Amino acid sequence: MATVESGQVHGGAASHGQQHPIKIYIVIWALLFVFSAFSYFTDFLDHGWLRWGLILLFMFLKAGFIVAIFMHLAWERLALIYAILTPPVVLLFLIALMAIEGDYTLLTRLDFFSEPAPITASEH
Amino acid sequence: MAEHGVTAIAEETPAEGWRSIVSDWSQDKQTFHVPWGKAMMWIFLVSDTFIFTCFLVSYMNVRISTAVPWPNPSEVFALHAFGRDIPLLLIAIMTFILITSSGTMAMAVNYGYRRDRARTTALMLITAAFGATFVGMQAFEWTKLIMEGVRPWENPFGAEQFGASFFMITGFHGMHVSIGVIYLVTVALKVLRGDYERAGGNYEIVEIAGLYWHFVDLVWVFIFAFFYLW
Repeated sequence: MATVESGQVHGGAASHGQQHPIKIYIVIWALLFVFSAFSYFTDFLDHGWLRWGLILLFMFLKAGFIVAIFMHLAWERLALIYAILTPPVVLLFLIALMAIEGDYTLLTRLDFFSEPAPITASEH
Repeated sequence: MAEHGVTAIAEETPAEGWRSIVSDWSQDKQTFHVPWGKAMMWIFLVSDTFIFTCFLVSYMNVRISTAVPWPNPSEVFALHAFGRDIPLLLIAIMTFILITSSGTMAMAVNYGYRRDRARTTALMLITAAFGATFVGMQAFEWTKLIMEGVRPWENPFGAEQFGASFFMITGFHGMHVSIGVIYLVTVALKVLRGDYERAGGNYEIVEIAGLYWHFVDLVWVFIFAFFYLW
């Protein structure tokens, strides 16, 4: 019973599962609550690098705790961890490319929509 | 002979570092030393990550590229309570509900491996109930915005792309939550009925269902940050 209480593997069919103390889930749960509250409070900041930085910080902290502890990735073998975490890295390229593309589209639109205005203004 | 080979590999496999990766991938046998259902769920979740990233990236792209000001989410999603408008109130509550459901799910997995069927079932049903509550609140949110005139092609607050992004992203996420609720209830009832007891007391399925549920929570973390707070 003591081994069960401390979350240790205690033989039988359950021995090859992820078994950890309940306490760690409660702690992470509380942390996620706190970080969610913090990220909610960023809404009261002005739009700017401080706000965006804090949003990202709390987002990554929450995501990290969920994946590492709740989804037990911290305890999996490296072969599985890398197989899961490396493919999404290519998404960074997609994000970068689409941000550049968005900027380009915006500039094109501003250019296109603003063109008639200066002409009429100069005619008067 | 074959069984002997398997145990021999398991014993010789280096436990850590790059050597374990090289060793696992060059086994000529099983690469991932986890139950196969769990490996498949992880692969599905990685592919789902790509889908949700595509949605969020397209949202980022239209938000950057629109020449019309983007509606301010903290005003659009404000809720009138206590005599004034509180920004993002409902969204904050939904966030806490989903995190709480993740906590109860993690504990369900734990009790599953202890073969405590009553507690596992109870915690999974609580998780599903939180999930259903989340979907209900999302339905309320959708109704409120639709009544205010938000459509995928137009809205009274600003850039037209707002509606398309909102319905697409939260709709797809809500669909995941709804499927998750059905999945959890199904597994919970099977746990209660003792199906897995007859199959040798293997409760991996609770962890696999949990992986899916935590992923839904994980996606919400990103939606909350990028769509509602940004």
